[in-house]
This record gives sequence, structure tokens and C-alpha cells, in this order.
Amino acid sequence: MSHQEVKFYQTGTFTVGNRLLDPEQRSVQSTEERTNALNSGHRACQGCGEALGARYAMDAAMAATNGQIVIANATGCLEVFSTPYPETAWQVPWVHSLFGNAAAVGAGLAAAMRVKGKSDVRVIAQGGDGSTADIGFGPLSGMFERNDDVLFICYDNQGYMNTGVQRSSATLPAARTSTTAAVGKRPGHQLGMGKFVPEIAMAHHIPYVATATVADLRDIEAKVTTAMSLRGARYIHILVPCPLGWGSASHDTVRLARMAKESGLFPVFEARDGEVTDSLKIRHQVPVEEFLKPQKRFAHLFGKQRDEEAIGFLQARAERNIRKYHLLEA
Amino acid sequence: MEKPFAITLDPGTSLSNHTGSWRTERPVYVHRLPPCNNGCPAGEDIQGWLFHAESGDYEKAWHKLTENNPFPAIVGRVCYHPCESACNRGQIDEAVSIHAVERFLGDEAIKKNWAFPLPVQKSGKRVLIVGAGPSGLTAAYHLACLGHDVEIHEAGPMAGGMLRFGIPQYRLPRDILDAEVKRILDMGVTLHLNRKVENALTAMQEGGFDAVFLAIGAHIAKRAYIPAGAAAHVLNAVNVLHDLETGEKPLLGRRVVVYGGGNSAIDVARTAKRLGADEAVIVYRRTRDAMPAHPSEVHEAEAEGVLIRWLTTITQAEEGELTIEKMCMDDDGSLQPTGEFETLQADSLVLALGQDVDLGLLEHVPGIEIEGGVVKVGENMMTGCEGVFAGGDMVPSERTVTVGIGHGKLAARNIHAWLNGETWVHPPRPAIATLDRINRWYYSEAPKVVQPELDAVRRMNGFEEVVQGLNADNALFEARRCLSCGNCFECDNCYGVCPDNAVKKLGPGKGFEFDYDFCKGCGICVAECPCGAIDMVPEDI
Repeated sequence: MSHQEVKFYQTGTFTVGNRLLDPEQRSVQSTEERTNALNSGHRACQGCGEALGARYAMDAAMAATNGQIVIANATGCLEVFSTPYPETAWQVPWVHSLFGNAAAVGAGLAAAMRVKGKSDVRVIAQGGDGSTADIGFGPLSGMFERNDDVLFICYDNQGYMNTGVQRSSATLPAARTSTTAAVGKRPGHQLGMGKFVPEIAMAHHIPYVATATVADLRDIEAKVTTAMSLRGARYIHILVPCPLGWGSASHDTVRLARMAKESGLFPVFEARDGEVTDSLKIRHQVPVEEFLKPQKRFAHLFGKQRDEEAIGFLQARAERNIRKYHLLEA
Repeated sequence: MEKPFAITLDPGTSLSNHTGSWRTERPVYVHRLPPCNNGCPAGEDIQGWLFHAESGDYEKAWHKLTENNPFPAIVGRVCYHPCESACNRGQIDEAVSIHAVERFLGDEAIKKNWAFPLPVQKSGKRVLIVGAGPSGLTAAYHLACLGHDVEIHEAGPMAGGMLRFGIPQYRLPRDILDAEVKRILDMGVTLHLNRKVENALTAMQEGGFDAVFLAIGAHIAKRAYIPAGAAAHVLNAVNVLHDLETGEKPLLGRRVVVYGGGNSAIDVARTAKRLGADEAVIVYRRTRDAMPAHPSEVHEAEAEGVLIRWLTTITQAEEGELTIEKMCMDDDGSLQPTGEFETLQADSLVLALGQDVDLGLLEHVPGIEIEGGVVKVGENMMTGCEGVFAGGDMVPSERTVTVGIGHGKLAARNIHAWLNGETWVHPPRPAIATLDRINRWYYSEAPKVVQPELDAVRRMNGFEEVVQGLNADNALFEARRCLSCGNCFECDNCYGVCPDNAVKKLGPGKGFEFDYDFCKGCGICVAECPCGAIDMVPEDI
């Protein structure tokens, strides 16, 4: 268990806060003292999951390191909407260089801190799934392989949303994007393509790999806190729904992340040194349809003729995750 | 400041970018009416007092509760809790056991001697209350809180009305009743026992009262014609329960038959068992579904060995035996005799066929309208005679303790307004907090703490209380099962889930505020509010 679950206090630890819990059991986000690392006024779309996930993670990192962090940010939505020159929404030291080199810049920052003897200043590199899984994949693998003292966080919204919703290697099969149109014999993204970076990160046998969604704040905070307590290369992959790219209602962002986890389509787990150590269990299992239906990028699966092949493919993937990561209680 | 190469501007903050201008809809915090509050005949703010009980502040919870109802220990025992039937949680797992928490708070108050706050200012007005039952005492409490001088005239030898003479001790121990009545009298309310009011108007005028509230209840047993032999032992429920209270043990015999289907019938049958009867049989004309008695009482009675003969009438009573006839129900629900007769051994027959109101005190009062044996009152609880108010069992209503308490409160508010030359207007009711507005994901699964029941054998030994109370631990657990429907309980979800930091946290007890300069109107806070306390409303564009 990534965090100690509290039950029976009306909402337990399911909600962001809970006035019935002891102060030390409360989340960082529920306090008035949270950093608000990503402040109001940023230009993310309504209901942006990435803006939410970034604040959750960075506020937790700030709390865990006593405010001593530097962030290297890859190009992407998160960089563009937060920092249109000369304004910035970041309330932490933050640097942006290129699309593909966030991991390399992070590794450089960590080296600089080591040279300067500032062991208390910690480095986080972050980006979207494009800069993580595709464009910055080489530097990322290098950072893992060298075991640089950097926490890399990927905010996975399953596509290049900033440039107009092109597919990435993290896009779900069958999804419609501007490069995988819902036309032809096999509408939407092809089945059987893409990659799951957390498992690749595990293959580097780095000290810590974890996944999370914006639907479970407590889980994100616990994982970021754990990551900041360790040294070496660490990787956290957070699923962040994108109302624009997914064609979903802005108020459904958290719900969709929850459905992704509850269906098993997105496994939430932790791994140490290449081995899975724990997973977040499904509480109320749902079929993948519950996750797919509210999104316009999957509308073609539920037209006049249901696309059983694609739905079945995704359901099978969910079931494989359930088996592989033990997502249902025994 | 010297700027780096190619940089001409200082870094600025995104706060200058007011993203609130993107919004077409805005979230607003609302208070909806929880279904429990809506269902409470006494108008309690149940969700409101549970809120304090959840944090373990039982004294605050008790004060919040008694703003509306001065009898939590009593009502927690005897009310049929329509609040729980309405509870949204009932559709998820099991309703919150509101009555059990209420009873716990009432018992805590007695144990710890919590008192009602006294009014700051006296009004100088005097109000007469006739009848010291639940309705009269409640009116006295509220009027005393509002600063009026209150005097109660009670015809009987003890206060409590039907709470004492209608509800047996195994459902309501008398020390509890006495304690909650005394707390009201301690506010300076005067109570005169054994003082029967013969004429409501003259009592009011001669005593120099500015208004009168009548709450005399319904104490006259209804009769039914049953041919009976001279030696047949026929009693009525009102007298049996009354005698028991005044210390006269009614002689019922070994085999007791009770005729009727209301709560009194059940009470008498259970009482007979406790007095040592081998057999207690209830004879009722109609079916179980049609029985007016509350199902929980019927269930408890059956568990104690009380037998019930459905669809049966009594046609003849003789010494030691009754003749009964089977009935059948037509398709349209009307009863038809079947002509099949049986005899039933019975040492006594107790009639529990309902009660009438003794309206003698209104005979010479002008303007009073009586319909169906009860007094007509307006929306403000006033009878046709100025200054004469009435409530409880003597006006048209469902005759329960809690309804009586509700009448007492309503009458007190109206009397207060009337004394000030004003009209009391019910504050506007918010829309109901329905289940579809609840986000069930956020609540822990937790079944109801069942109050331990005395086992049936132990019950038979006397008039010990049947249903036991909660203790501090499980009362807290039970209170925390409340979903807080339609009212913020400070879970911080809106504060957390906003991608734009557009929710300000104001501190414990103060709730939250939207920062409309930055709120983009995405609606995540509305979707993720567990209890449905945020609405989305269109902006004026």
C-alpha cells in the first residue's frame, strides 16, 4: 500500500482532506500552506488534468524536501500554458530547454548540485508523454542507466495535445487523433502499437518506479514523498486526462482517471529495483466501456455498429493488467 | 537588474492573467435540504447536529439538536424515525441510525447535566399551556426560550401525557422522561398538576394570560359493540396502561386477547406478557400490511411470543372464552365476514381501538370548529378563537410523539409572532438533496451499528428497556456514516481538485470561497463534491 488508507471516518482518505483526521494524517493539498507550485492564471484548458497532476506532485515534492527543488521541464502543454514569456505560473525554480532533453538537463542540474555540494537541493525533470516516450526517450533511458539523482515525472495524457492532438506512442489503441482518423477499415489508432514506459523504466532496475492517476491524490502524494526519500534515478508516470484531446467534458477529468484505474486499463503500482512491490486495488470494478464511452476519441467504437474487436482488445488489455499487477484483491 | 542575453523583460506572474473571463458557468456553494430533515415531523436539523457529533463534540451536537426538539433522549427511543426511511444512505447500504445517535446525545446530556441556555430578555407576556404532554411541554420550552412566562396546567397527577400513560416503561424508562421534563421546568416554566381546565377561554382570561396553547391529547378509549356476558372480563388499553403507571397492577389473567391493530394494541400485548400472561393474542380485522402499528414494534412483539390473528373479528365475549369470526378481503379491499366461527380461550379482553379527544374545555369558547372529533386549526395552529392555539393529538394529525413535538414548536413560533402583532412565515425551503447529487465514490463502506436488543427471555422478566443504546465509540462511528447530503462538511475536495487554485480555504468551520478571477468554470469541483453542495449556474453573458 502506497499510503495508509483510513476507513470509516465518513470519507476516510478518499477525499482530499478530512476534518476528522489528525493533522499529521492530512494531505498536503488540504492545507492552506501548500506551495501552489503551479499558480492560478496559467493558460491550461478548462478541467486540465495535467495542471492538476503537476500541482499535486510538485506541492508534495516541496513539502517532502522543505522547498528545496529545481525543475527541468520539457516542451509541451505544461511548459507552454504555464510560462508564456515573460509570465510564469511556477512558484519554484524552473528551467525549460528543449522538447527532447528534460532528462539530460535534469541530469546536468543534479551534477551541478553535486559539484556545488548542495546535497539538499533535489532535481525533478518532467514532461508529457510525447517528450517522455518518444522525443526525449533516449536521454531518459540514459538518465536511468546512469542512475542520475533525478526524479522524472511523466504526465501522460496519451498524445501531443499542445500541437493539435497527434498520436504518441502512449496513445491508446483505437483512439481517434488528428493523425489516426476514425475512418477506413481500422478506424482510429491501430491495435497493438505503442509502449508502456513504466515497464521500460523497470527494465533499467532503477530504485523506484510508480504509476498514479489524478483521481487519487493520496496515492500521488505518498509516491512523490517516497521518491524524494530515495536517491538515484526514479520515475513516476501519472495519468492525466485531457478534455481537449480526449473529447471529454471538462468536469469529467477526475472521473475518467478513476475509471481508467477501476477498469484495470491503467494499472496503478509501485516497483523497487525492477520488481513490482505493490499495486492499488480496484475498489468497484467497471468494464472498459465506462472509461471509453464519455470520450469522443472513442465515439466511433459505439456507433451504429459496435466495434467489438477494439473494445475486446482494450478489455483484454485491462484484464491482463489485472492479472499481471494483481489489481483485484485475492 | 542585469538581464541575461536576449532577455528584455523581468519575469512576471501569471496572476495578471485573469482566466475567470473564460467562464460561461460559475460554481456556487449551496445548502440543500437533506431528506432526513425533510422527513422529520419535529423539524430537526439532523444533518446539522450530526456534523458536530461526527467530530465528537457531543455537547455542541446536543445544543444544535435541542434548538428544535427538547427531548432527544425520549424521541431517540420512541420516535418511528421517518428520517431514517428518507435517509439517502438507505439506498446505498443501510440508513444512518439517526435515532440511536440522538438517544446517545440525550443520555449524555442527562449524565452530564447539560442545561438549556436561558433567554437574555423577558418579553413580559404570559402564556398558558393546557396539557403537559410532548406537544405542550415542547411549546413551553420554545416559548420560554423566547422569553415568555409560561404556565402549564395538567389534569393528571404527573407530567408527560401519552409519553407516560401511553408508552410502556420497556420502551421509555421513566427516569429518562423525568429528567427531560425537569430540564424544561428548570428554565422557570411553572407546572400545576391535577389542575383540569374546564373552560379554555375563562382560564386564560382569569389567569391574566396573553395567549393559550391547548394540547390535551386524546385519552378517551373508543368503544366497539361486542355482545358480552355478565361475567366477561373486558377492559380498554388506555386504562390498562394508565393503571400500570399509577401503580395498580391490572388483572389480566393467564390468557389475554387484545382487539385492535395500532401501537396501543401491541403495547398492551407486550405488557400482558411482562405481567405474567402465558398467552397474549392480538386479534385484528385486517392484514399485516394494513396494520397501523409500526413494523418494528410488531416485529419485537412477535419475537417476544405475542401471537397475532389477522383477518379476524370478535363477535361475542363470555367468561373465559371469545367467539371470533374469520374475515376475508374483497378485491376492492373491503372486509367481508365469512361465517366461519371459532372460540378462543381468554381470561380477559382488552380493547385497543383508538382514542377520542375530551373536548369539554372548548364547549363555551366562541369560534371553535370541530370536525371528526378534533379541533380545526389554521396554518398558524390558531383555532377559530383569537389567541387560542391548539396542537398535538387533539388537532387533525398523525398521532405520534414527534408530530406532537413539531406542533409544539410551530405553535410556539406562531404564538410568539402573534404576541408581537406579527405573522410567522416559514423560511423558504431549499431544494431536496437527492441521491443523484451524491458522489458515492468518496464514502467508505460501513454497515449500520445495530443496537443490541435484550434477548427475548430477559425481556420477559420485567419492564427493563428492550433496545439498548450506543456507547461513545459506536455512536461516533454511526454519526460518521452520515453523507451530509447537500451540505458542505469540509472534506477539502473542491479546494484540492481545482486545476486553477481558484478555491480559497477559509479555515475550520468557515468553509470555502471561489476566486472568480481565476475560476475557468470547468466544473470538476461540482462533479467531485461528495455531498452535492455545489451548483453550476450560467453566467450572465
